[in-house]
Amino acid sequence: MADRERLRAGLRVSPPYAAASLLLSFSFGAVATAAGVSPLAAVAMSAVVYAGSAQFASIGILAAGGGVGAAVGAAALMNSRFLPMGVALGPSLPGGRFRRALQGQAVVDSSWALALREDGTFDRWFLFGHSAPQYACWVLGTGLGVLTDRVDPQALGLDAVFPAFFLALLVAELRKGSRTSYGVALAGGALALALVPVVPVGVPVLVASGAALVGLRRRP
Amino acid sequence: MSVWPTIALVALVTFAIKGVGPALLGDRPLPPAFTRVVLLLAPALLAALVITNAAADGTRVQIGADTAGVVIAGVLLLRGVGVLPVVVVAAVATALLRLAGLP
Repeated sequence: MADRERLRAGLRVSPPYAAASLLLSFSFGAVATAAGVSPLAAVAMSAVVYAGSAQFASIGILAAGGGVGAAVGAAALMNSRFLPMGVALGPSLPGGRFRRALQGQAVVDSSWALALREDGTFDRWFLFGHSAPQYACWVLGTGLGVLTDRVDPQALGLDAVFPAFFLALLVAELRKGSRTSYGVALAGGALALALVPVVPVGVPVLVASGAALVGLRRRP
Repeated sequence: MSVWPTIALVALVTFAIKGVGPALLGDRPLPPAFTRVVLLLAPALLAALVITNAAADGTRVQIGADTAGVVIAGVLLLRGVGVLPVVVVAAVATALLRLAGLP
């Protein structure tokens, strides 16, 4: 009963995020088709990968003439932030190893950030409820995007959707967080920006997550 | 282009990356230091994602129409505007600024 309520709570707050997910995946479908990926492959990728930045990165590399290894490597780096996120989530999941790994698949950035409770644990049913509509919209949006290969996502400003979406999550996070979280956000952002020209795409975000290690000090 | 093998491998890699943390650590109480790090992980990651998507193009720092669009989004968010309108305004502002000649 309580589980079902948490699931519903996650569903209730998901519509704006699902709508943003629709815009993003529309953009992915259009970009992938323009890069020469078949419509079926683009939709299949959204259905089985369900990680936007990794999809954009790997298709971008294939389109630029890169090999499978480079494309998969870029996707892995883009997704590397899910490593610390998964470590953080793990202790809140019940069941055996494989069941926990399966539950971990429901993580996307917004569901992870919103399911995080003030005591550092995660509300897993809220996370599932929040992720489900986003997944449906992710696949649906890709399907719409592949139909419109003449649309230029840049001309529509769709590349601003992703960062604006994350900024919304950041602002929500800072509103509930301590003063330390402002400092950590600034440090993480500055670190990532400084690393952009130096290391491969995706690595700046992973390294920036290290800013959270100041939490190891006694005072929060 | 070897699209299908790439899709299969990216799916496997993503599954592994999302699954490894939960597989290794599960259903246990958190030590206080771990909790503090987890709570700070979200602002660090989100700030880095915003910056790398708004102010960079691949491995190049680039301030452009999308950067301005995201700054406008930030102002609206601080004024309490909801996620969806903010995202839409950011996209429209970016599109207009690009039409006006910004990169």
